[in-house]
Amino acid sequence: MPRRDDISSILLIGSGPIIIGQACEFDYSGTQACRALREEGYRVILVNSNPATIMTDPDIADATYIEPLTPEWVELVIEKERPDALLPTMGGQTALNIALALADSGVLDKYGVELIGADTRAIRTAEDREEFAAAMARIGLAVPHGGFARSAEEAATIVVDTGYPAIIRPSFTLGGTGGGIAWNAEEFDSKVRRGLELSPITEVLIDRSVIGWKEFELEVMRDAADNVVIVCSIENFDPMGVHTGDSITVAPAMTLSDFEYQKLRNAAIAIIREIGVEAGGCNIQFALNPDDGELLVIEMNPRVSRSSALASKATGFPIARIGAKLAVGYRLDEIENAITEVTPSCFEPVLDYVVVKVPRFAFEKFPKADATLGIQMKAVGEVMAIGRTFQQAWLKGFRALENDRVGWVPADDPADDRLRSSDLESLRAALRTPTPERPFQIHRALAAGVTVEEIAAATRIDRWFLDELADIVTASEEIRQALELSPVLLLAAKRLGLGDGELARLRACPEADVRAIRHANGIRPVFKMVDTCAGEFPAATPYLYSTYESENESIRTDRKKVVILGSGPNRIGQGVEFDYCCVSAAIALREAGVETIMVNSNPETVSTDFDISDKLYFEPLTIEDVIEIIQHEQPDGVIVQMGGQTPLRLARRLEDLGVTILGTSVDSIDEAEDRERFEALCGELGISAPEGGTAMNLDDAITIAEKIGYPVLVRPSYVLGGRAMQIVYDGEMLQEYFAKAVRASPTHPVLLDRFLEDAFEADVDAVGDGERVLIGGVMQHIEEAGIHSGDSACVLPPYLLEDGQIEEMKRWTRAFAKRLDVRGLINVQFAVHGGRTYVLEVNPRASRTVPFVSKATGIPLARIAARTLLGETLDDLGMPDDLRVREVAVKEAVFPFNKIPDADPLLGPEMRSTGEVMGHADSFGMAFAKAQIAADGSLPLEGTVVVTVHDRDKPKATPIVRRLHELGFDIQGTAGTANYLRSRGVPCETVLKVHEGRPHIIDLLLSGKIQLLVNTPLGKHAQQDDYMIRRAAIARGVPYTTTLSAASAAADAIIALRNRRLHVTSIQERSAHLEPENRVVKKPLATHIPAIDR
Amino acid sequence: MVDVPLTQGAAGILLLEDGTEFAGRLEGLTPSVGELVFTTNMTGYQEVLTDPSFASQIVVMTSPMIGNYGVAASDAQSSRPWVAGFVVRELRDSRGSWRAETSLPDYLRSHGIAVLHGVDTRAVTRHIRSLGAMRAVIVAADADRDAARARLEAEPAMLGRDLVSVVSTQAPYVVEPEAEAVAEIACLDLGVKRRSLDLLAAEGFRVRVLPGSSTVADVLSTNPAGLFVSNGPGDPEAVTGVGAVIREIAEAGLPVFGICLGCQLVARAFGGRTYKLPYGHRGGNHPVRDLETGRVEITSQNHGFAVVEQDAAVAGAPTLTITHRNLNDGTIEGVRHRDLPVFAVQYHPEAAPGPHDSRYLFRRFVEAMRATRSVPTG
Repeated sequence: MPRRDDISSILLIGSGPIIIGQACEFDYSGTQACRALREEGYRVILVNSNPATIMTDPDIADATYIEPLTPEWVELVIEKERPDALLPTMGGQTALNIALALADSGVLDKYGVELIGADTRAIRTAEDREEFAAAMARIGLAVPHGGFARSAEEAATIVVDTGYPAIIRPSFTLGGTGGGIAWNAEEFDSKVRRGLELSPITEVLIDRSVIGWKEFELEVMRDAADNVVIVCSIENFDPMGVHTGDSITVAPAMTLSDFEYQKLRNAAIAIIREIGVEAGGCNIQFALNPDDGELLVIEMNPRVSRSSALASKATGFPIARIGAKLAVGYRLDEIENAITEVTPSCFEPVLDYVVVKVPRFAFEKFPKADATLGIQMKAVGEVMAIGRTFQQAWLKGFRALENDRVGWVPADDPADDRLRSSDLESLRAALRTPTPERPFQIHRALAAGVTVEEIAAATRIDRWFLDELADIVTASEEIRQALELSPVLLLAAKRLGLGDGELARLRACPEADVRAIRHANGIRPVFKMVDTCAGEFPAATPYLYSTYESENESIRTDRKKVVILGSGPNRIGQGVEFDYCCVSAAIALREAGVETIMVNSNPETVSTDFDISDKLYFEPLTIEDVIEIIQHEQPDGVIVQMGGQTPLRLARRLEDLGVTILGTSVDSIDEAEDRERFEALCGELGISAPEGGTAMNLDDAITIAEKIGYPVLVRPSYVLGGRAMQIVYDGEMLQEYFAKAVRASPTHPVLLDRFLEDAFEADVDAVGDGERVLIGGVMQHIEEAGIHSGDSACVLPPYLLEDGQIEEMKRWTRAFAKRLDVRGLINVQFAVHGGRTYVLEVNPRASRTVPFVSKATGIPLARIAARTLLGETLDDLGMPDDLRVREVAVKEAVFPFNKIPDADPLLGPEMRSTGEVMGHADSFGMAFAKAQIAADGSLPLEGTVVVTVHDRDKPKATPIVRRLHELGFDIQGTAGTANYLRSRGVPCETVLKVHEGRPHIIDLLLSGKIQLLVNTPLGKHAQQDDYMIRRAAIARGVPYTTTLSAASAAADAIIALRNRRLHVTSIQERSAHLEPENRVVKKPLATHIPAIDR
Repeated sequence: MVDVPLTQGAAGILLLEDGTEFAGRLEGLTPSVGELVFTTNMTGYQEVLTDPSFASQIVVMTSPMIGNYGVAASDAQSSRPWVAGFVVRELRDSRGSWRAETSLPDYLRSHGIAVLHGVDTRAVTRHIRSLGAMRAVIVAADADRDAARARLEAEPAMLGRDLVSVVSTQAPYVVEPEAEAVAEIACLDLGVKRRSLDLLAAEGFRVRVLPGSSTVADVLSTNPAGLFVSNGPGDPEAVTGVGAVIREIAEAGLPVFGICLGCQLVARAFGGRTYKLPYGHRGGNHPVRDLETGRVEITSQNHGFAVVEQDAAVAGAPTLTITHRNLNDGTIEGVRHRDLPVFAVQYHPEAAPGPHDSRYLFRRFVEAMRATRSVPTG
């Protein structure tokens, strides 16, 4: 069956902002799908609200709409573009839900759009747990016994049969949102109620508990001729009860015999047929009773997923690409295996290595939150590691986590391993509860002589895994006690998989010493290929990993080559934006004919797709792993400025080892990062910065704070995402901060700055070539100073800055860029306070806003920057001094508060957003409205607004509330606010605070009587009230704002939405208008990802 | 047994016919000599070890973690391991699985099988892939190289070697179905795997397993409904006599179903020829197209020889047609007779190890028997 000719244009829906449970794996999948479809000559139309994605780059689709992902807005795109087909399986649950909604409302029929890849019946059968259970029964498979409840009462009758612990899963929610495990009736009742609230169809499933069973996943693909292949099996290290996204997972399955594996395989094939995925892929989860082999089907996702991205990276089988081809009619045997280029895709990959995925958590950002892992996903990112053995992959995975540990080693302080004390009893008790630190607790337990049997009983982790880990601990002890680190012992340790850092720790010597002994004895890793076929056929694609063995398969070429260091696991503060920059650099360098070599450890990303770079090393971004690659490849240079802090942290050490760092010098980076040097720099350039100082200890800090005056902004040096950044109002708070923050980053001092209250901030992104500086844009933050720039909405062009201020910011940015001899990207943050401009930070590297600016201006800043790293000038590239934005672009942040139930949604200097969206329109109000809808899904056009604000905010709140009143909203406020508003002539009813009686504000929120909440923090004494109000808003999905500037913008947005026709514009249409303005076209960049030249 | 403590284990080597050496750690009896081949099955090491088709071969597992789930008697495909030697990256002594009765190292030890572990098996695999399967010997690292080479040279080459006489049952035996048998199938045991017999019995048949040297009279003595010609080791060309038996029985109108070596012998019986593949097909992921339906099945494979093709037909056998083809290299994977109820596949529909996609072929055999004789419908 060749490609379908009866369709010519295809709409693809992305997954929107990065949130917990739905991350950049969908950028990877969607980008692959777009490219696969365009390759076939289809016109591809893409909708995604997330600007920080490769897929929304103008050359990936034919028409790209950065518009809100709601059925209404997608319908506008359909109305305008009239696609023949809709591929709903590449954008996670978001895309599937929108596709279902559009099918239900008749929109697809109305415009004659055909669903391809999965039809509504298949999606529904897989999604609706009742229908799914019935389908499984038809093919003789079992699901965990239980039932569906539409009320708490119904649930209570079901749990009588299932017993405790019982699993509660709300229907149709993302990443298991609202799910939980209940161990008793009280817990059960509250979790059922929460689940019912979160389920869009008010339904929860009560499952028989299979906690402690073994958990497996199979990735399955099927074509229209009914050929089915299993791409990969994945085994979870953590048994059932921990969400697979939070679990350490291993591929292929480690503990299954052929007898058992084939049982799973047969079941998987029967399931994809029964559910009726006609041409595409799915992920199926199984639970296996470790005592008797009983098999239960947990769930099936008829779309690409986080696991399918992992499976693609683990096997080299590009599931999304193949899925897209199947959707347009190809059979599996008609699609070439892109890795071998000699065999067809209708086969099952075989692995001659082991893959371990380790999740990355961010609980340090949410100190109030419960870190117990359960069936609702809480991880914000992940790493993948490849080794020839399980132990190698395990150790490499922990080494790649970038969590300030040298690898799989316990912390010095038991508290960091989530233990009350170092005694054995505390450890034994802790093992029973899965937390992010449990792997380290297991290490402690094994080292303390706790038996594998006992650990297996406490954790229900399969003994096989624990035996493997016990061997590592035994070997580590042997290394610790050896008289010397002999070459024989060192080689054995490296073959086991221990990192130089771990060995240094065991031998109590510097890591550099271990490396020196290793190199002196010629103990070097070799690089093996991931080839889908375990070496049976020659492979054409250099996708590599390191191990200590005999044969090296990585062939160094004679071409000019550059290594790009990636950004490692996603975490809050370092997300997809940096992967976007790394991929942009790879594309730009390949366009320039340079061999590009990517190093990264994150399986969710586009950068680790094997055909983005000429060579891909799937390796941790540690000095050890990176230097071995560089010394093997001998590149002309290394790019460290695209991947965020991860590569920057390596820059100095790489340079010391004789590596050429391309672009801005390491010394310049240090000059911008180092407090004292930066102050001197500002002084030299005559640029004002807030007063500040560097403290090595608390006494220093108190002296500095008293000198510059409270409030002060404190933070550890060298951090991204405002880790441990806080506004401190007095000495007591400063003491408290030091108790925690210094532990957060023990090797670096703490920086203090005068905090500019009521200032507003701006970001500038620019590119320097050593001579000229291209200003990409000046972005004004919507939230005032004190909110982390990554958490603040921002607008381009600025709407409240004066021209003089904008010019000053541009001038200063140019001054910094020239003085620091910036080659490539630079980001400068400014604050405007009392009419004066201050510089807050200079970052001579890629920033989080680079993709946003690129999308808003139509000029790919990171690609331009990459070309300047090769020595090309902005003149060569035809770039003007300033870029213009057509219309108005707003970026809004998206937060994980609904996934982390105990987190306070109040914004502050510590970044906590996981993702971003963009709204682009012809007015600020409409752009902000689009951004809000894209972020939250809604903005009320009528109804009741509740206002409860701090005394100092009341004057500024009044005009905003008056506007809302004039728009017809009913205004309510807590006593103080209401009195103030009434005294200023704004009609306002009084609503009761929580302690004032009922119904109080939370009752009203929960009963759906409030449509918008404006709540600024009321100060220390009311913290708990405030917190509960905000949590209630989140629980009910009520839009809320915790700053007045955002409230004001929301009023603008509501006016725009009420008065204006909704309109969508593709970025290609916009840049057609912008081209002449933004370019002095001399040497245009190519518009497609160039084919790999081998 | 694992690499812990870190420097444990006797050093051993794998010495190849072309002089190449690969290092590892040694267990079991040496020298161990045979044809060096690799299999890409990710599960089923026990089925591999006990598959008689691997007789006189040193088997490299490309999958690195071997022994993880122990050994269970019910997974064995014959009474003992047949491999001459076993080469793995990692050997595990686990017996934690609910099905395990013993650990793999204990099992191998009890049968005296030589194991070289800690080997760069991927390098060995790539070597064989590039240069072809060849003879090899496993010896201790400090063993005399000349003696080792002499032992290797003394081993007959696989081309021209009859190994059926080594692995076939000496006396007939019967495998009974659970219920009363609907009829009987004669099985020529050229190295049959237990799973084939179980699947035939599961279709309701009594299976009479006969030595490979059986005559037509032996086969027909119990009036079977069909003849099953099993898989087995060695060069089909060297297995004389079986072809004539197959042909005579087929021409008598009895349905014949051949697997692997059985397929090669069916082809030869009707004039076909066979040749040695450079490094064979061994694994559980080879795509094979059923040319009649167009469907692709993922198959279990273990063969070093194949049927010669000429002008899209079985060379020398005009009465046979090609029914299945390997999608990786296009080789013949199945044939059937134009007029007689005779068909055979080069791969392993019984799986064990490997995918079960092709089990329909057993049903097809049953249907053929029903069509030609009054076998009751089950």
